[in-house]
Amino acid sequence: MTILEAENLGISFGGLRAVDGVSFAVAAGEVFSIIGPNGAGKTTLFNLVTGIYRAGRNGRIRIAGEDVTSLGPHLLVRRGMARTFQNLQIFFRMTALENVMVGCHLSEKTSFLADLFGWPTVARQNRATRERALALMERLGLAQYARAEAGSLPYGVLKRLEIARALATEPKVLLLDEPAAGCNAVETEVLDRLIADIAKSGVAVVLIEHDMKLVMKISDRVLVLTHGRRLAEGAPAVVRNDAGVISAYLGDAGATEANRAHG
Amino acid sequence: MSEFLQLVFSGLTVGAVYALVALGFTLVYNASDVINFAQGDFVMIGGMGTVFLAAAGFSLPLATLIAILAAVVVGLLLHRLAVEPARGASPVTLIMITIGASIFIKGVAQLVFDKQFHSLPPFSGADPISIGGASFLPQSLWVIGGTLAILIALWLFLEKTLLGKALLATAANRLAALLVGINVRVVLALAFAVSAAIGAVAGILVTPITLTRYDVGTLFALKGFAAAMVGGMGHPVGAVAGGLLIGLMEAFGAGYVSSTYKDAVAFVMILVVLFAMPQGLFGRRSLERV
Amino acid sequence: MLAAVVTSRLATLLFLALVIAVVPVLAPSSFYLRVASLVWIFALAALGLTILMGYAGQVSLGHAGFLGIGAYAVAVGPARLGLDPLLSFFLGAALCGLVAYAVGKPILRLKGYYLAIATLGFGLIVALVLHSEAAVTGGPDGIQVARITLFGWRISGATTWYWVTAGALMIGAALALNIAASPSGRTLRALHDSEVAATGVGVDVAARKLAAFVVSAVYAGVAGGLLALMNGFITPETASFMHSIELVAMVIIGGTGSVLGAVVGSAFLTVLPQALTILQEYEQAVLGLLIMVFMIFLPAGIVSSLKRFVLDRAP
Repeated sequence: MTILEAENLGISFGGLRAVDGVSFAVAAGEVFSIIGPNGAGKTTLFNLVTGIYRAGRNGRIRIAGEDVTSLGPHLLVRRGMARTFQNLQIFFRMTALENVMVGCHLSEKTSFLADLFGWPTVARQNRATRERALALMERLGLAQYARAEAGSLPYGVLKRLEIARALATEPKVLLLDEPAAGCNAVETEVLDRLIADIAKSGVAVVLIEHDMKLVMKISDRVLVLTHGRRLAEGAPAVVRNDAGVISAYLGDAGATEANRAHG
Repeated sequence: MSEFLQLVFSGLTVGAVYALVALGFTLVYNASDVINFAQGDFVMIGGMGTVFLAAAGFSLPLATLIAILAAVVVGLLLHRLAVEPARGASPVTLIMITIGASIFIKGVAQLVFDKQFHSLPPFSGADPISIGGASFLPQSLWVIGGTLAILIALWLFLEKTLLGKALLATAANRLAALLVGINVRVVLALAFAVSAAIGAVAGILVTPITLTRYDVGTLFALKGFAAAMVGGMGHPVGAVAGGLLIGLMEAFGAGYVSSTYKDAVAFVMILVVLFAMPQGLFGRRSLERV
Repeated sequence: MLAAVVTSRLATLLFLALVIAVVPVLAPSSFYLRVASLVWIFALAALGLTILMGYAGQVSLGHAGFLGIGAYAVAVGPARLGLDPLLSFFLGAALCGLVAYAVGKPILRLKGYYLAIATLGFGLIVALVLHSEAAVTGGPDGIQVARITLFGWRISGATTWYWVTAGALMIGAALALNIAASPSGRTLRALHDSEVAATGVGVDVAARKLAAFVVSAVYAGVAGGLLALMNGFITPETASFMHSIELVAMVIIGGTGSVLGAVVGSAFLTVLPQALTILQEYEQAVLGLLIMVFMIFLPAGIVSSLKRFVLDRAP
């Protein structure tokens, strides 16, 4: 079943067409990767999809069939869209556990007034949220860091913490912006399994990643962007051998070389 | 018609002063990302300093010169003792530091000077000049002319001197400036010194018209800041345009609506501009990077 | 163990109650009690700012405006509209909430310096109105405030007011601590750290900021009402820019985000001028200097720095 449909998205920054008429669709349980050289517009595309930038006049975004094009970012989360960020966006002065607890806030049933007057429901809600967050951290191998202040944790852990926080919103579609950047081989390995696991649970995963080994291994389909446009789309094996993709990454001379190497 | 012209004159006169204060804000803001709330107090130091030095027997030109130097010294001390030690602090902390500095300067000013209103004699007579049925004081010409002179001098300094270019470079990109060997600390101190001097000159020019007291800095700072913001924070041309605009709006507000709420005009302007075009009249729109 | 005590909610309230109970024993003169009452009142206003600035990270340089609205409500209500003083007091607090809602909705979209200036402008306009509309507010000379009677009991005298203001502070502190430990408090602290990430997990950042702003305005309104009732007289000075700055300084000097910090900050800036009355000439210079020194050398504030000091040495 198709969860996320993006149609004809585009945006310009001061005359530069950063993303130009890109469309794609992702199904439940699928890992869909977006690759391309630096500056190809990958993160901009994420920002368009998640409502941080407004999609152009002809752009359309649907989640599970519902048109959500004009919704603000926080409302998209309610519709089942969650994301992580290329540059870490962690609540640094909160504990790791609290970071994930904030992720649970959509399912919390207290009001600002109830919180102010400290109704008994608040304590119950706090307990429920804490348990849910802890369970999630357990699943992502983060339980040992629960009480630590997020600002003191290493980079690789924070990358996973962002994923845990995003998962806490119980998304139908999860957008991961370079989750493996800055991670060592072991951490990447863990991440690899984690992403596969998330997809298996029925979440549509959209992935921006530079680690080609990771991308080729876990993706069901790959979209290649250059200069804000779609260059190719298809199964990893197909994209890997696409002449246009090779020349975009390596330049024309490189493409000739690659051809010769393939023999 | 004559009333309209009258209001334009008075609006441009105060507006020119706001423009100068806004320009001081802009210089410091561009170089250091700090909003200096004590900017208005330089205006006070210029005015009060000249008044008291003149009363002590100094000739007017010498008194103005010393007053400007005094403001520059205060500006340098402010940078060295209050802003520099807190580099990298949050905007709120920096705001509170410069507000603290402003309160401190006022506190010291009421000890050094007094708590009375003071004035200076107009530079070239008090006989109003009349044009088209409206009359204005010769001092207004001094204010507007002085503002123009400062603008030209500042432009020459920034575009034609090495030090000025270093200032511009630092404003554009501090790290890059550091890497090409610019002494950023000196440049930041320079920005404070120049903006203090500009503020003091504004204070001296306007004192014969509006009187001065130890605490006039607050309103000048607020309106100068409003002008800088309306023009687009960090944009010198915008600061001048914003200053003149707020001066005019204030004059028209006082003339046609109510002089009681004249001081509210600047803030209503800020709100209107910020909501209609959040980056100000001249500022460029920027998207949040994620 | 020590760490748990230092950070616990109940411990904070008990400590505050202890201090409140001890002051009348140590300093039984009505002058000291009046000064202490002022400390509690301004601490209440500072607590509101603690929720706004400390939790949610949004600055307001115009909160004395709400202090003024709350104060003038209890003066103007009975004097011009013939309302009951107690009713006026609650209406004043409600009015503060309403005004904060109307003003905050557009203003809170702004950030950093822009928000600071916009709130400052709001405070200035309130002060200007109180100054200028003399027919209603009595103008620059101020206005008399009717004494309040509760069930036939006239509330007056330093001791009575001491306990009334202390009670109000205790309630305010309990509510502020409630918020901190709740789901709403978590979202406020989250958006303080990263608005992008908070939005990214579905937090309605604008609505949360507005809620914090409204609550903090009601705190200030209640404090203003108490101030006017206790003093029996009020001037537009209550809503002045200097007053707004003092409120923010209380929060920062005490320790941003800390409930006890707001009380310590209020005590610091309320007691100090009383001590300086002998040197009245120097009051402004000293205040400015203090703000600068604290901001530069102890930006975390007294209470947070002390807490850190204790926690770092806790086993």
